[in-house]
Amino acid sequence: MLSWRRKSYVVLMALVLILSLVAVGCSGSNQKDADQNGGQSAAESDVIKIGVYEPLTGTNAAGGQMTLEGIELAKEMYPEILGKKVELVVVDNKSEKQEAANAVERLITQEKVNLIIGSYGSSLSMAGGPIAKREGIPVIGCSPTNPAVTLDNEYYFRVCFIDPFQGTVMSNYATDVLGAKTAAIIQDVQQDYSVGLSSYFEKAFKATNGDASIVAKVNYNTGDKDFSAQLTEVKSKNPDVIFAPGNFLECGILVAKAREMGINVPILGGDTWEAEEFLNQVANYKDIYFSTHFTAEEPVTEVSTVFLDAFAKKYPNKEVNAFAALGFDTYILAKDAIERANSADPKAIRDALAETKDFKGATGIITLDENGDATKTAVIKKVEDGKFVYETKVDPK
Amino acid sequence: MSLDVFLQNVANSITLGSLYALIAIGYTMVYGIIRLINFAHADLLMVAAYIAFYGILVFTLPWYVSFAIAIVLTTLLGVSIERVAYRPLRSAPRISVLISAIGVSFLLENLGIVALGARPKPFPRPEDLVWNIQIGNISFLSLTIIIPVVTIILLIMVTYMVKKTKMGIAMRAVSRDFETSSLMAVDVNKVIAATFAVGSSLAAVGGIMWSMQYPQVDPLMGVFPGLKCFIAAVMGGIGSIPGAMIGGFVLGICEVMLVGFMPELSGYRDAFAFVVLILILLFRPGGILGENVVEKV
Repeated sequence: MLSWRRKSYVVLMALVLILSLVAVGCSGSNQKDADQNGGQSAAESDVIKIGVYEPLTGTNAAGGQMTLEGIELAKEMYPEILGKKVELVVVDNKSEKQEAANAVERLITQEKVNLIIGSYGSSLSMAGGPIAKREGIPVIGCSPTNPAVTLDNEYYFRVCFIDPFQGTVMSNYATDVLGAKTAAIIQDVQQDYSVGLSSYFEKAFKATNGDASIVAKVNYNTGDKDFSAQLTEVKSKNPDVIFAPGNFLECGILVAKAREMGINVPILGGDTWEAEEFLNQVANYKDIYFSTHFTAEEPVTEVSTVFLDAFAKKYPNKEVNAFAALGFDTYILAKDAIERANSADPKAIRDALAETKDFKGATGIITLDENGDATKTAVIKKVEDGKFVYETKVDPK
Repeated sequence: MSLDVFLQNVANSITLGSLYALIAIGYTMVYGIIRLINFAHADLLMVAAYIAFYGILVFTLPWYVSFAIAIVLTTLLGVSIERVAYRPLRSAPRISVLISAIGVSFLLENLGIVALGARPKPFPRPEDLVWNIQIGNISFLSLTIIIPVVTIILLIMVTYMVKKTKMGIAMRAVSRDFETSSLMAVDVNKVIAATFAVGSSLAAVGGIMWSMQYPQVDPLMGVFPGLKCFIAAVMGGIGSIPGAMIGGFVLGICEVMLVGFMPELSGYRDAFAFVVLILILLFRPGGILGENVVEKV
């Protein structure tokens, strides 16, 4: 026989359990109602929701933040599309692939966005892409350059050039301008961007200089800080140039370390190098070249000037950069596509995006091909006197 | 591999190994006394790096003043973390303290992101301390000599303190049995606070050395050395101070020599570190210098 106290305790616990069950049930159904309302409001209401997933923390933080500055600038200039207010829903993907997939999932299922912008970093975009495809929400990438991002995904578009072009541009620059006959490659095996770009460079370089021209190929992982062993290996092979595309954080330390170790040959990289963090590490050195999407010295369209003026006004203390320009272009392209579709319906936006032709952006004229990729001019910059200096530009053939 | 390349790789592995060793000593010392893997250790390293960074750049202090302030403040922070997050859990199961340590680690990282921003900043290397040394074809930074020397001095100091001083004897007593030692008039709270003070100042020195070698500070900078040095401490036998030193060097040498001898496998460097760890633990479950404790049932 239970004591009176024990009994009342059991009754109390049972009550608590029942109450909590009821509470969960209620909140569950409320959630559902809210979701349904949310779903309706996104399609018909007077707000257009644009989701943004970018790395705002972690190893790619600088890239995501620069891009976001460009997107926010464009949003400030054009706050309304089709007479409806635009709401930016920004989600940090923390520079991690899993978080990028979660971010896209959340933007679509919870926030009910009409369109998504993002992400800096090819691997991050490739993690988000399949979910957007499954849910039928169009995505425009600002700077993911790996071809696989848009391949077999009719919902993914981008406003930048892709790595087969970028790799060839750098290989030609190394051969024709720097007079290189041999090259070494240092790649980050965890980044699709780095591995992809390296392989396109390798292919192009071997085509002009023969199969034996790549004298060393060494790897490292994202987050590594110590590159001394890899650089020792490269140094012993004595290449004419080094090609080392990768995240600006790792590459900043890597390039500085190479110079400290007395490796004085030109070092080449890709568009990710255009970040303050990279420059801070290598400011005292020279013969460092990289390709990028945009430069303030060579405004390509009238939109470039508009962008440059607006950027200088909004961020007076910041250097203008390619990622902000691409972020800006992505937003105005999204605006253009929604206006051409004359609807905020994701499917209609997708169809309008696929037909983008001769769109004037700050980074150039954008025509999207059957994969949803842009064909654009590449800019080559170098590090000189502690600054990024415009070197030359290369038009696509 | 030519002799030059080999010697260069030896220099590389000494630098990396002694850095690992320096941070691993702090891990192992705290574990040895209170059987807690202090996950916040690696984040204290980040805090110290940031304090030194702001000291030099914002307050334009000379590097030695800035480093001293960083060590003192980090030590205070370490002791207050113990007071707030670990002491209330003294009689709780060990797993609760471990979870609390993980919580502190996340708290420090995210506070860092909110307060200092997620974008990394360049760490100013003091020119008096860091310069290039060139011997024949081998080139390395002065840090390749400074870091091992600092590590060995600290190792000797910590070993002396634990073995010879009164506080050290109290620490060893506490590591055997909290309750019995408090019966013997050992102030357990004071001893554990002192353990954390020493552990945190080791983390601070490690953080400063780390950010001079890889001159970049960001709120998550502790994660990578934290993981690697934890492996080093386990390899050497967690709880054993000379073991941490040996573990650090073994790990550093293995990582560099893998890339040196087999450059095509360089992407598997981290995997290789774990393979070495597993092999060592298979043959010596307590680590290289660890005690093989037989559990009596």
